Amino acid sequence: MSNFRHIFYFLTLLSTVTILTGTITSTCNAFSGAFKDQLYDPGYLKPIDSTPRLKVGQSAPDFTLKSLSGKKISMGSFEGKKNVLISFIPAAWTPICSDQWPGYNIAKPFFDETDTALIGISVDNIPSLFAWTRNMGKLWFEVLSDFWPHGEVADRYGVLRRDGTAERALFLIDKRGILRFIHIGDINERPDLEIIVKAMRALKD
Amino acid sequence: MLSTLLSVIVLLSACAGKKVMDAGPIKNETSLRGKDILRATLDSPENSDQRRYLGIKENHFVITDISSQVVLVQIFDMYCPHCQKDAPNMNEFYKLLNSSRDYSDKIKIIGIGAGNTRFEVDFFRQLYDIKFPLFPDPDFKISDLIGNLQTPYFIGIRLNKDKVASIFLSEAGGGRDPEIFLKQIVSLAGVR
Repeated sequence: MSNFRHIFYFLTLLSTVTILTGTITSTCNAFSGAFKDQLYDPGYLKPIDSTPRLKVGQSAPDFTLKSLSGKKISMGSFEGKKNVLISFIPAAWTPICSDQWPGYNIAKPFFDETDTALIGISVDNIPSLFAWTRNMGKLWFEVLSDFWPHGEVADRYGVLRRDGTAERALFLIDKRGILRFIHIGDINERPDLEIIVKAMRALKD
Repeated sequence: MLSTLLSVIVLLSACAGKKVMDAGPIKNETSLRGKDILRATLDSPENSDQRRYLGIKENHFVITDISSQVVLVQIFDMYCPHCQKDAPNMNEFYKLLNSSRDYSDKIKIIGIGAGNTRFEVDFFRQLYDIKFPLFPDPDFKISDLIGNLQTPYFIGIRLNKDKVASIFLSEAGGGRDPEIFLKQIVSLAGVR
């Protein structure tokens, strides 16, 4: 009887592990053929692993970072001219990230409609970002490297994770430099385009 | 006693297997990947021309309800650079098919946006002026029935008069020459 109980409990434990394995799936359900065999799937990650620092209504922290285009881009340079959407992504060459910016690339009409500049920021270095974004086609927006000091801007925005990557986060800043929309989402999920468009259109009001 | 009961529940749950969408009966399947997509329930298009194109009258349908000998399903993603690049090509293919006296009533196309919301699918449709019906799959419920895949992905389904379905094509890759693709589909599906 004792042996039966042990076997039963073992099977139960095995089943529980099976269910959990099936439930906590890879982040990579479907991915673009543009990155065939090139992506590293980190598996399911802790949805959020940082402490928020900023709130809507506060001034957006200033920064200057090097972009893929060779320029140095400062947050302050947009004041009085453009609204800005900052898209932080965790890391290059990973599944969800690889499908996020290409979507924003074709969504330019929404940005034009709302007089909003888009800045993509990653903690990867410039060479990595260069190689990765080449698969996305020609990007209309600036891609900035927050590599060194590592993640300093991500940290200033409260979205640096403990492993040195950034959260999947969006910050919308108006022409006065004020934060108007913050979305720090589950790192395993891509934010819907609609929430971004709604936030940008709200600035027109 | 309680721990034993909980253990039984966990054991039975593990045996239940992966959840699938509600669907109609499936009578014939091949070994090609994608057969489970036949179980997926889709919301019928709001556009009446598209409902007429598919021959759908109800508010929900499964692929085997489509009035056609062949249904080509394109799994796409608004965020996928290859799908973006392939959109004009797919439009050409649809135009070729729709203008064909031999095949326009026998081969139908639908697109399913893996991980895309209705907003994202509608934006993609408007941006590329896509005429064939597109459906959102925001939680990957439909694309997960096929498994891990690269977009764009194509599944070709042959339906006979009794709604018996078989998969004759299941592969990734866009950039297909429309005329060659049509000939391939006609040949593989045995369209007459």
